[in-house]
Amino acid sequence: MSLAERHIPDRLHPPLRRALLRWESLLLLVAAAIFAANAMASPYFLNAWNLSDATFNFTEKAMVAFAMALLIIAGEIDLSVAAIIALASTAMGAAAQAGVGTPGLVAIGLAVGLACGAFNGLLVTRLGLPSIVVTIGTMSLFRGISYIVLGDQAYGGYPAGFAFFGQGYVFWVISFELALFAVLALAFGVLLHATTFGRAVYAIGNNATGALFAGIRVARVKFVLFLLTGLMSGVAAVCLTSRLGSTRPSIAVGWELEIVTMVVLGGVSILGGSGTIPGVVIAAFVMGLVTFGLGLLNVPGIVMSIVIGALLIAVIALPRLWAMRRRA
Amino acid sequence: MLMQTQTEMAPRPAAEARPVLALSGVSKSFPGVRALSGVSLRLYPGQVTALVGENGAGKSTLVKILTGIYRPDAGEILLDGRPVRFPTAHAAGRAGVTAIHQETVLFDELTVAENIFLGHAPRGRFGLIDTGAMQREAARILRGIGAEIDPAQRLKDLGIASKHLVAIARALSIDARVVIMDEPTAALSHKEIDELFELVAALKAQGKAILFISHKFDEIFRIADRYSVFRDGELVGEGLIAEVTEAELVRLMVGRDVSRIFPARARNIGAEVLRIRGLEHPTEFSGIDFGLCRGEILGFYGLVGAGRSEVMQAIFGITRPSAGTVEVEGRPVRIRAPADAVAEGIVYVPEDRGQQGAITALPIFQNVTLPSLGRLSRRGFLRLAEEFRLAREYTRRLDLRAASLDTEVGNLSGGNQQKVVIARWLATRPKVIILDEPTKGIDIGSKAAVHAFMAELAAEGLAVIMVSSEIPEVLGMSDRVIVMREGRMVAELSGAQMTPETLVRHAAGIGGGEAA
Repeated sequence: MSLAERHIPDRLHPPLRRALLRWESLLLLVAAAIFAANAMASPYFLNAWNLSDATFNFTEKAMVAFAMALLIIAGEIDLSVAAIIALASTAMGAAAQAGVGTPGLVAIGLAVGLACGAFNGLLVTRLGLPSIVVTIGTMSLFRGISYIVLGDQAYGGYPAGFAFFGQGYVFWVISFELALFAVLALAFGVLLHATTFGRAVYAIGNNATGALFAGIRVARVKFVLFLLTGLMSGVAAVCLTSRLGSTRPSIAVGWELEIVTMVVLGGVSILGGSGTIPGVVIAAFVMGLVTFGLGLLNVPGIVMSIVIGALLIAVIALPRLWAMRRRA
Repeated sequence: MLMQTQTEMAPRPAAEARPVLALSGVSKSFPGVRALSGVSLRLYPGQVTALVGENGAGKSTLVKILTGIYRPDAGEILLDGRPVRFPTAHAAGRAGVTAIHQETVLFDELTVAENIFLGHAPRGRFGLIDTGAMQREAARILRGIGAEIDPAQRLKDLGIASKHLVAIARALSIDARVVIMDEPTAALSHKEIDELFELVAALKAQGKAILFISHKFDEIFRIADRYSVFRDGELVGEGLIAEVTEAELVRLMVGRDVSRIFPARARNIGAEVLRIRGLEHPTEFSGIDFGLCRGEILGFYGLVGAGRSEVMQAIFGITRPSAGTVEVEGRPVRIRAPADAVAEGIVYVPEDRGQQGAITALPIFQNVTLPSLGRLSRRGFLRLAEEFRLAREYTRRLDLRAASLDTEVGNLSGGNQQKVVIARWLATRPKVIILDEPTKGIDIGSKAAVHAFMAELAAEGLAVIMVSSEIPEVLGMSDRVIVMREGRMVAELSGAQMTPETLVRHAAGIGGGEAA
């Protein structure tokens, strides 16, 4: 062996090849295919306003999905997000009855979300409980409170200005929700991919013990992630309540699974450690396009969930099958 | 080839019997390490054979081969003179080999009787387990060994000594012919040890062959008939206990050749950087007091379980000590998490590389920069160019072998993974680096590189703590050695006091080594 200094290159593959090999590229193809199929199947699809309406299918869920993606990458999960939305919406409804104005309502919605996230985070990081168990518990707890408060009643009577968050448009066909979705996608993308916090999230998800031994404040990072997820549930609660104009205790029921589906479809490993925000953004579009396209064709809701389930399994299983075939 | 010296030696009833179990030429390698090379071992009916050796001498590997957990690369196992194979733990059990481990492998949630008869329970009609018969039989066996344990009790409600008795009852229930006891007394009190030894005597009387593994010399001389000494995976001596002295056993264990080449160092010891006062932990250690200077290498020697890693992890903030203070450069510091320790310039390279050291799924450069990100980033935003620059600098210093810096650490060899972890900590420019078994399980070449590097770091003024169970390494590298036993510092040695014999005596608590 010569004494010449060994040189280790920084990277093995050029950037273009790394980009093409990514999961997100495959997902983008799927999204394009669905878009094309929709355009051919229904004459109403390629209409700016129809497409704009379609985005409401996913914007609120996607806001929560961004935070959930970080949480799942860090090896935790929050199944109470839909219940947080219900509780936050109930709190806003009660406040609206008491005559609180729009800024106050938004503050209440966000504060309830943060408080619920803090509660989950404390149970997980302080007591060391598994997050899946904790949040299944708080899922019943939070929604239970909504049911106790509301029973079979509904809150309505939100102030007129409050409708903007779910029904307003910032420019032409761009709704407030769509704009917020874009801003949040960018913010979470930067947070996960370009900051030290994001790097810590990946390290924890890959090996929490190793991350601790590398001097990362694991409990603090996880707590912040639960806070963020709670906060984003609060944001989604504001948008959804505003769009519906009323609150029932069954609001957003079952969303936690749709949100987790969106995250996993976006290429985030359910075991933690890998995944990207661009992946989740594309997955949000895929899910939105599929439900909207099927809706235009008058396909019943139950069939839609079958299609989404099949899509999830197919997209997850195909790369695995491909890898197995290549190894064989 | 056989040493048949025992024939007329002592009035041992079964002395001239043929061995029940014999191993010959058994070898086993793991990636980068040769755990056993060509060892032989014979176990005789009605006799206790003590297996002696340092940590890492290959004893555990041998036990795992005998119980069917590992398969040997070469060599054969003879049962009653016929070659046999133990492809599974079940096969070893069927052949009559059973082991009682340090942490006995029993099932807490099952009852005593179920534990005793797991896998060979008496069956009733329809092949269902005959619980009544099982309970009766278990009670009979337990009575036979003088154990007053209710067979219907759940195992988790028993103390460690009773669990050992259950393990022994299990051994009897499968009519074991070879009983392996791997440090069975490690967790027992004096009285329980006496009771265990009575049982061992009873097992001997029944003609069972017993392999007894212990670090405690008084026990070995008390109950063993024969000894086998392993060193670095080789058999270096065997014979009758009656014909050997403690000193001879120690010499065989350590070997005379502490002559492996270690880097010569200019000892340039500066001011004190670290001072530990009265560090204590409710269960792991107490009374830890020591200081460490710039440019010094302080060795920590002791048996596995002596509490060395626990002390280091408390200093690094992984566990919280119940009392005691840590001072860095004369200033008391509060360390409540590893991040605090890193901020104070104390870093720790753990023994368990896979779990605690590297984050194997992340690329090399991210592993290296992880604790330095605060310094490398600007307002929390990553700067990849800076990261690569730092990773390049330190991996080059450690002579890392890798295809590229974005290769996952999991693809590297053990030695290179260790280099990544060391590079990571050096990149934080620490004052104190704690290396826990830094060369365990890595190949000779990487070992030498790590040793050379350690010497270089000390020469640059870094204070180094090296926890090691390898005597040549401890003696070859350290300026000073602290020996720990059972959670306490039992000796602090320097200069001419640092000999293999003194280390082993203090670590094992052999007479004459009690001065602290």
